[in-house]
Amino acid sequence: MTAEPPVLELRGISKSFGSVQALTDVDLEVRRGEVMALVGDNGAGKSTLIKCVAGIHAVDEGEIYFEGNHVHISGPKEAANLGIEVVYQDLALCDNLDVVQNMYLGREAHSIIQVLREPVMEQRTAETLKSLRVTTIRSIRQQVATLSGGQRQSVAVARAVMWNSKLVILDEPTAALGVAQTEQVLALVKRLGEQGLAVVLISHNLHDVFAVADRITVLRLGRNAGLFTRTEVTEDEVVHAITAGKATKVSGIPSTATS
Amino acid sequence: MTTDAAPAFEVAEPVESPATRLLENIKGGKLGSAPVMIGLTIIVIVFAFTAQNFFTAVNFNNIITQMAGTTMLAYGVVFVLLLGEIDLSIAYLSGLTGVVVAELQKSGSGHVLPGVLPIIVAVLLATALGAFQGSFVALIGVPAFVVTLAGLLAWQGVIQVTLGAGGPIIIENRWINYTESYFFSSAAGWLIWGLLSAAYLGSVGFGVMGKRRHGVPIRYPYLLAGKAIGVPAIAALAVAICNHDRGVPLAGLEIVMFLVFWTYVTKRTTFGRHVYAVGGNPEAARRAGINVPRIRIMVFGISGLMAGVGGILLAANVRSAAPDQGGGTLLLDAIAAAVIGGTSLFGGRGEVRSAVLGAAVISTIENGLYIFGFQPGVIYITTGCILLFAVTLDTLARRRQAKTGR
Repeated sequence: MTAEPPVLELRGISKSFGSVQALTDVDLEVRRGEVMALVGDNGAGKSTLIKCVAGIHAVDEGEIYFEGNHVHISGPKEAANLGIEVVYQDLALCDNLDVVQNMYLGREAHSIIQVLREPVMEQRTAETLKSLRVTTIRSIRQQVATLSGGQRQSVAVARAVMWNSKLVILDEPTAALGVAQTEQVLALVKRLGEQGLAVVLISHNLHDVFAVADRITVLRLGRNAGLFTRTEVTEDEVVHAITAGKATKVSGIPSTATS
Repeated sequence: MTTDAAPAFEVAEPVESPATRLLENIKGGKLGSAPVMIGLTIIVIVFAFTAQNFFTAVNFNNIITQMAGTTMLAYGVVFVLLLGEIDLSIAYLSGLTGVVVAELQKSGSGHVLPGVLPIIVAVLLATALGAFQGSFVALIGVPAFVVTLAGLLAWQGVIQVTLGAGGPIIIENRWINYTESYFFSSAAGWLIWGLLSAAYLGSVGFGVMGKRRHGVPIRYPYLLAGKAIGVPAIAALAVAICNHDRGVPLAGLEIVMFLVFWTYVTKRTTFGRHVYAVGGNPEAARRAGINVPRIRIMVFGISGLMAGVGGILLAANVRSAAPDQGGGTLLLDAIAAAVIGGTSLFGGRGEVRSAVLGAAVISTIENGLYIFGFQPGVIYITTGCILLFAVTLDTLARRRQAKTGR
């Protein structure tokens, strides 16, 4: 069967900050229902690449295709309108607000005179959390300050999912979590893929990556250093690509080479 | 994407008793208005048994009219504190508003405005000046402490330059003086009570119906029922006491109307939600697409607006605008009122009602100690101690909250 176009496809992205070449000719693609891990050492360009997709940086060269259409993403609002949501490492939740209020922050349901429609928001929050099987939160009217790290991460992810998003980008979602909480969040990430979303998971932790990713893109020094299918690769091979990998890009079509 | 009458989902949370909720809140560092309400009750009981002529209808009305001006300023302070900012200019801004309103009704000055127009013009001016100060904070990033300190000095200077050697301006415009000294007739008092109670019950019922329609659980139904009966009952008691004296003071109605209005704005509108968000985590608010500078400017505008309203009441209280208008302990009383009432100095936590509760504590103590014949110095010491106590409580609550969080 002919494949539908990937949700996100980056072709030959280059980006420099002054004299520093952060990204050189980078490709990346994510399909529907797929968890694509983006790994690489510090300074490999993972965050820069993500910020290009999120509309925070403009790319110097290269093309971004979203659902097969060539797009220019010039700001965070535009990315959100396309259906791209980013969950940043520091979460960006308001501790003094409750779960519902955080889920709807900046996009509150309201009447024409800006009066909040609280029941609507509460209902949808409960439904979203339930569909993602986030069940450890005792009350959705609880302040976020009283939640554990894993629960906070779950809220941040659920917020990204709620807005009919098609692509969710998670920046180091397990970096600050304990073992049990990490499991909880990884299970959530897996479920996003199962629900048909495209997921980009940035992580340092190969254990996490091998637990949930379908494919793995490796960046090294701002270049592609490997694209693997999780079931056909060992951790050692990925580590080797991260630390010593050569640019592996072969004429623009990385996906068919391995799958 | 927001509607659809979806089937009701099961209530995933256990129904908590009010007692466990209280315990949870104390553990989580959410004290709310409980300490100040208990404190106010104790103060009233102590004075009622010790001070002569304290527990009378006349004195009840006196306290209300005396606290009205400070309360108005404190409403603005609550907003500024919710952002985690401070506004030191409000007292002299209120003084300036008093001078402006007095100038606009001074007969023979060539710029006399009729009726309530002086009030409207003066309050709009105060709002604009507040927003002007706020724009330095929001757009340029000058610390609010410094901007409003400059305002404190400058507005004081403007007052003195305007009044010059002429001395105080007497206020003869009856509309201005009514804001402090008008009392409703007994029947009018009960009519107002009836209307407000009906509106309150209506809003409670409306809220319940909305939740039912969307299958959202109603938490603490007993607390809700208690409020629906208790609030009108307490209001009825207050009206009865007022009617025993001169009647319900317009100043008291003003306190209530602004309380209702600002509470609605903070709790039920997107603007209010965004104020809490910016106070809690400005970066998160910015990333969520909230226009943070706009919120900041509007909040300082509200601070100016309420300073203006308070300024009118304070000028009307003495029926004149003097060179020391807005001086004395007004600034600290207003900020102390908000903080004693339970609004956090650290931003993001607090309620509009804390302004009334805190102002009531300060005014009641002041009133009681005056009856005892104490010097103003003793009153300052007492207020200072209570303020320190309130801020300590807030800081402890905050530490608790940091601990119970991750």
